[in-house]
Amino acid sequence: MFRDQAIETLDRAALERLQLKRLQETVRRVAAHVPFYRQKFAELGVKPEDIRSLADLRRLPFTTSADLRANYPTGLLAVPLDDTLRLHTSSGTTGKPKALFFSRQDVDNAAELCARSFVMTGITQKDVFQNMMTYGMFTGALVTHYGAEKVGCLVIPAGPGNSERQLMLMQDFRTTFIHLTPSYGLYLATFLEKHGVDPRRDLALRKAFVGAEPYTEETRRKIEEGLGVDVYNSYGLSEMNGPGIAFECEQKHGMHLWEDHFLIEVIDPQTREPVRDGEAGELVMTTLSRAAMPLLRYRTRDITSILTTLCACGRTHRRLNRIAGRSDDMLIVRGVNIYPQQIERVLMAQSGVGRNYQIALEGLDEMTVKVELAEAGFEGQVEQLVKLQNHLAEKLRTEILVKPQVQLLPPGSLPVSEGKATRVIDKRKL
Amino acid sequence: MKDVKLVAAFAENKPGQVARFTKILASANINIRWLTVASTGPFGVMKFLVSDPKAACQALKHEGFVTKLVDALAIEVPDKPGGLHAVADCLASRNINLDNASGFIVNNRAIMVVEVSDYGLARGILQKQGFRVLAQKELPL
Repeated sequence: MFRDQAIETLDRAALERLQLKRLQETVRRVAAHVPFYRQKFAELGVKPEDIRSLADLRRLPFTTSADLRANYPTGLLAVPLDDTLRLHTSSGTTGKPKALFFSRQDVDNAAELCARSFVMTGITQKDVFQNMMTYGMFTGALVTHYGAEKVGCLVIPAGPGNSERQLMLMQDFRTTFIHLTPSYGLYLATFLEKHGVDPRRDLALRKAFVGAEPYTEETRRKIEEGLGVDVYNSYGLSEMNGPGIAFECEQKHGMHLWEDHFLIEVIDPQTREPVRDGEAGELVMTTLSRAAMPLLRYRTRDITSILTTLCACGRTHRRLNRIAGRSDDMLIVRGVNIYPQQIERVLMAQSGVGRNYQIALEGLDEMTVKVELAEAGFEGQVEQLVKLQNHLAEKLRTEILVKPQVQLLPPGSLPVSEGKATRVIDKRKL
Repeated sequence: MKDVKLVAAFAENKPGQVARFTKILASANINIRWLTVASTGPFGVMKFLVSDPKAACQALKHEGFVTKLVDALAIEVPDKPGGLHAVADCLASRNINLDNASGFIVNNRAIMVVEVSDYGLARGILQKQGFRVLAQKELPL
């Protein structure tokens, strides 16, 4: 299903002409209205009229999250403050957040792209949407909320957590699709199981949109199994509208990124040079339609690659592969680069252990992976548990090249996350 | 099924763990006859011989614990010197490995509870030698 078939299947040449026109307009506007970019352009000796083709994108400066913080709160605005309609922030672990402004047109575009994404997966106005993302300054809930309203769905702004109430709402209002983080999805699946709810029999759920944290195919399968739904992967970051900028279609093979609104590049994060087509690197994005706060070549820190083949659905907008990790989440243990997702992949593929996990780093680079034992993994003998631990440690070593300690815990011992999970506890004295 | 069932439960190896289990079983009105704890590093497995293994499992599961019913043999042993030796010797002669063995005395009867590598074989040999292998409902609980 298409919401805007003409633009979603626009041939590449026409799409690129549209991108160039919008890029040129964006560059002219920031040069005229944003002192930060005016100064960057001067340093690089580049003028708006130098941008004659999409290849000239590489002449433009990068924007980093540090730039956003340095220009907090209003330094990157390209319109008068009166013309802005909404403020979102992206939380930082330290210091000030990143302030992100949206004009009326920006709010509308963000919702429209979400609506496009929902319709792409088969959502119609008959659907009932229970939004389990955090409402508030975070873009996750509000942007999808307005997107689903555009489609005409009944929207239940439930927010995250309070699983008893979530269940009641899903039952009473026959919710057909939900939007939530993978960690809450796993938790909710366990919750339903514990309360004897068979989602296929007792609920009307059909689809779940899962995002805001990177996750693995194994986690997708566990959520699909546990909630009785089709899980669609979505990608977004607050700096670029939040959710709905890249979404899976019914093929579930890569996320179409809406290229009429964003220009994408994949670079080597060290050299900042583009990687070869299809290779993994850091995703860099340029807004093409943003009025209030256009961003050029924003470094997302997210590691992914672009699928270059055509999608069977007929859309011409290219697809991102599943996010392999956020370069900010990368751990370095005994000199080895490790993404938590690698550990998650191993744990999710192992029967007999639960869905929650934590990675503890202590002392001098000692790594312990804590995971809860599940009913299926217990045969009643200590020896068998030791074997399971050793087996997991060995599997992890093959995946991450460092052999961690594995610690089995009783179910419910690890903190439950109903929003974004804290997977890594780093107490190393390095 | 003639064998006795033990309730095995997974637990962290730290103070207060046994008490958490016994409290749950007490409030479920389940009598505990026998208990072993095997631990290694940060965790361990407790095994209970109780009046109603299924109900005990349910009660523990309900509180979120991981449990499993495991088999054991309950053998009535002559309460005199050499009585236990006769049982051990009988199993050793057929190369049957004993695990988690211990005993208790109730109503002047000595009961040995043991996990073995081969239940069919062990039960056969013991009965052939004249030992009584008790079924769950024959246990003096």
